[in-house]
Amino acid sequence: MFHVGRYMQLLSKSFRRPEKARMFRELFVQELESIGLQSVGIVALLSLFMGAVICLQTAHQIGGWIPVYTIGFTVRQTMILEFSPTLIPVILAGKVGSNIASQLGSMRVTEEIDALEIMGVNSASHLILPKILAGVLIVPFLVIFSMALGVAAGAWIAVATGVSTLADFEYGMQVDFRVFDVAYALFKTVIFGFILTSVSAYHGYYASGGPIEVGRSSTRAVVWSVVIIMVSNLLITQMLLN
Amino acid sequence: MIELHSISKSFGNHHVLKKVSAVFEQGKVNFVIGRSGSGKSVMTKCTVGLIEPDLGHVTYDGRDFTAMNLKQRKAIRQEIGMLFQGSALFDSMSVEENVRFPLRMFSSLGEKDIQLRAAACLERVELEDAGSRFPSECSGGMQKRVGIARAIAMNPKYLFCDEPNSGLDPQTAIVIDQLIKEITVEYGMTTVVVSHDMNSVMEASDTIHFVHEGSILWDGDRHQLLQGGVPELESFVFASDLMRQVRQNQK
Repeated sequence: MFHVGRYMQLLSKSFRRPEKARMFRELFVQELESIGLQSVGIVALLSLFMGAVICLQTAHQIGGWIPVYTIGFTVRQTMILEFSPTLIPVILAGKVGSNIASQLGSMRVTEEIDALEIMGVNSASHLILPKILAGVLIVPFLVIFSMALGVAAGAWIAVATGVSTLADFEYGMQVDFRVFDVAYALFKTVIFGFILTSVSAYHGYYASGGPIEVGRSSTRAVVWSVVIIMVSNLLITQMLLN
Repeated sequence: MIELHSISKSFGNHHVLKKVSAVFEQGKVNFVIGRSGSGKSVMTKCTVGLIEPDLGHVTYDGRDFTAMNLKQRKAIRQEIGMLFQGSALFDSMSVEENVRFPLRMFSSLGEKDIQLRAAACLERVELEDAGSRFPSECSGGMQKRVGIARAIAMNPKYLFCDEPNSGLDPQTAIVIDQLIKEITVEYGMTTVVVSHDMNSVMEASDTIHFVHEGSILWDGDRHQLLQGGVPELESFVFASDLMRQVRQNQK
């Protein structure tokens, strides 16, 4: 309960009007690059391989009376409903979350955060708010990118290995398509973007001691971000799909 | 002038500060000395508001800092410069950007004026050619001087220096001491230096406050310091052969 209370206090301190709009914009753009652009490679790599693997596994499972277009249908549903909106934020929790926690943790132990406070800067708002807003904004785009790449990779491997024709795959992709599924996925993504940035920032901001503690806070940030993302995933799915 | 009135601070059952009262005078370098763990850093943090004291209050030129709300404190903090033990420069920014940071954040100056002011501050600490370097590319002494340049960028009324000479060689330490002394007079600041470096105390101090087990046990100037006073002070000040010889020569 102590951590929940302190996390809430930090959020309340973070969501204050920035001191200078110009400096906030600069930091926000930096964070968009750090969280978004610098994650494009890993997101692309994972999505390509996952889309291809889901396609091959589905092809291996079906046979007999199950139509071939099921491959396209399964790849689409898996990528849209679960892989892209949940596993990509989990991967980002490892990459971006540990980066945020170690950056803030280092700033804490080298007294840079104290230096900001002494100057009269709201350190939480200055350091954390741009990260949270950038995460909430950019993670959905990464997820859309992941969905598209995963499905494209599935289509390519299906045709390349001959498990399905492009026409069957495309038909499967369109069968029973509901816009609500995409909306549900993007809603989750916004929440997960918030969780992975704010939870990581919390662990980094309150790091104490030396470099070992910064490392530990980084590990805690990743573990707790993943745990909270998973629990939230269950709750959101229960609320929205049932 | 900064005044501490009966400041107390405890962490659990550990009483770190016990009704500490002190006056730090304007235009002077006020040293706070004491052994490690005596409470001098907590005292400084209570003074600047990084830690809230349990009891007592702190006034800046008669303005009660402890009773202020966040907005009022922010105004006072813009009058404070601080040099940290590890310099606390922003690693991701160049030396010049570090000095420009408080100006960009709080002043209404345009970019050109900010650049001129930052250049003047860097020139004052003799680092006019180091603006494009990053803190990781600077020596310990240079980092301290950048820290001083950043601290004076906003023309502060109050300057706090936490162990300004830690990790520096004796020659560089003297340069930093002299710089602190000079800018205190130039800016008419109230400067508070936390240190346990006796060379620094003898070099730069105008007034000295000796903290022992959370209380100020003695205060005076460097001439009075050599005459000793209380046993705890004597064992701290004359712990080294050098200081014992200095006392011997005085006699």
